[in-house]
Amino acid sequence: MIDRETVLHVARLARLELSEEEVEQMVGELGRVLEHIETIAELDLDGVAPTSHVVEVANTLRPDEPEPCLPRERVLESAPATLDDGFAVPSPQA
Amino acid sequence: MTTSSPLDLTACQAAAAIKRGGLDAGDLFELYRERATGDRLNAFTWVAEKAPKAPPQDPQAPLGGVPLAVKDLFCTEGVPSQSGSRILEGYCPPYTATVVERLAAAGAPLLAKTNQDEFAMGSSTENSAFGSTGNPWDRARVPGGSSGGSAAAVAAGLAPWALGTDTGGSIRQPAALCGIVGLKPTYGAVSRYGMIAFASSLDQAGPLTRDVSDAALLLSHMVGERDRRDATSLDFPEPIVLPSRSDLNGVRFGVPAELTGDGIEPGVLGAFQATLELARQLGASVEPCALPHAPHALAAYYVLAPAEASSNLARFDGVRYGYRAADAADLLELYTHTRHDGFGAEVKRRVMLGTYALSSGYYDAYYGRAQRVRTKIAEDFAAAFAQFDFVVMPTSPGVAFELGAKVADPYAMYLNDFCTVPASLAGIPAISIPNGLASPPGGGTPLPVGFQLAGPAFSENRLLDVAFALEQALGFDGSAARR
Repeated sequence: MIDRETVLHVARLARLELSEEEVEQMVGELGRVLEHIETIAELDLDGVAPTSHVVEVANTLRPDEPEPCLPRERVLESAPATLDDGFAVPSPQA
Repeated sequence: MTTSSPLDLTACQAAAAIKRGGLDAGDLFELYRERATGDRLNAFTWVAEKAPKAPPQDPQAPLGGVPLAVKDLFCTEGVPSQSGSRILEGYCPPYTATVVERLAAAGAPLLAKTNQDEFAMGSSTENSAFGSTGNPWDRARVPGGSSGGSAAAVAAGLAPWALGTDTGGSIRQPAALCGIVGLKPTYGAVSRYGMIAFASSLDQAGPLTRDVSDAALLLSHMVGERDRRDATSLDFPEPIVLPSRSDLNGVRFGVPAELTGDGIEPGVLGAFQATLELARQLGASVEPCALPHAPHALAAYYVLAPAEASSNLARFDGVRYGYRAADAADLLELYTHTRHDGFGAEVKRRVMLGTYALSSGYYDAYYGRAQRVRTKIAEDFAAAFAQFDFVVMPTSPGVAFELGAKVADPYAMYLNDFCTVPASLAGIPAISIPNGLASPPGGGTPLPVGFQLAGPAFSENRLLDVAFALEQALGFDGSAARR
């Protein structure tokens, strides 16, 4: 149901590096969990609307007024690496 | 411990004693701070170094200055907020969650941050990057999860009361396993602003307390006017009042066969049935009700919650905060290596599960169907509430299990949520109250059991009132866990 190729494909989508051992584990564990999950395939759900949000709320609006936001330096304090006024990331050209 | 110790006071009693002038809020904070510092259960990820100096606690503040333990995943300015994850180790946010701010303003200062399963994914607190937490009734057993640190801290008398979050049972199940009260409010009742997200359509903050009155008092300052910073937050239609009911005359309990039979430990089921009898004696009617789709709730939940989590956790990429892998050659490697090193096994499993369920070709079969099951479950509850005031069931299928017993089998761990997930999917409030002790299968020292009541959206006042009447009649004594 879930093979090695699928695990590697999904890991790429999730931007998640997996070790060889983790790939093997995922093949077994995800397969077993999906076996249980697939019991919902037995239900007759024709014509049933999907629920994404349980409480009925529509068009929650507020006045569009500027409010103070966190100072740049306070936000950058949490960053693992900064460059000038921004977040630094590795560049192959650097 | 003498009967005059402030440790024997519930949070309501302590707040009243402070207001009368019989107890000093600073002394109470210091008493609990010392106990939390000496904690041997690993219930905490951070403990305050001293009582907050400014602004001084007003003894007439509604919550009196009774200190509060807060689950790690609530953002607290300048204080580590790591959601139990290596990827956020040492992260001190620049702002505080709305609910923590509201409670501090009402007179519940921050005492400590509590241990939890990583990103609230788990039912045992064993998935924390900062080590597992012990159950105060038996340190070799789990406290439940994901709010296991909050539950253990309150049960052991290391904190007067605590905040947790519940996505599929993460307040109610640990409360049950530790012998305390845990309430999951109606979805939207409490602001999620500043809560590090797991599954946004399900996450809800709530109290973990020694008794029902404490839960009501804490909740009364968590709800109210909606928070403009959380678009799903709602005005609560009425103030939360302290419960006072002593009988159950005219109250109709529905008992769903689907959640009170197969898979429930005999000791838990025995305690549940004894409490149904007690409810009858107090005047309640107790009749079977049907939640035909409840057995499928777990399967739907384990599609929806991981799907939302896989999206929410995309933000942890090593760029703006938290851990960053050192060996990345380019931006893609920065993401993939950071997430490989920073996430634990269960988080990786759920990110994979959720990404798979949302991926092209599988979306309709998994996510789309799970959303339709969710509709059916909400309809089941609506039909039940046309006939009954509350639906009642055990909180957890079993008592606390031994540390390590279920870590090798993810689905066995997921089954802990069997009785709590249906109310989560329906977004309705549910409370777990201590329902005595029961021996684990195969015998051994008796351990706490929970009794769960679920009501319609915004029925918190009635839910608390009925839970209070049952609590008084049950007379549970949790003092053995406070040593």
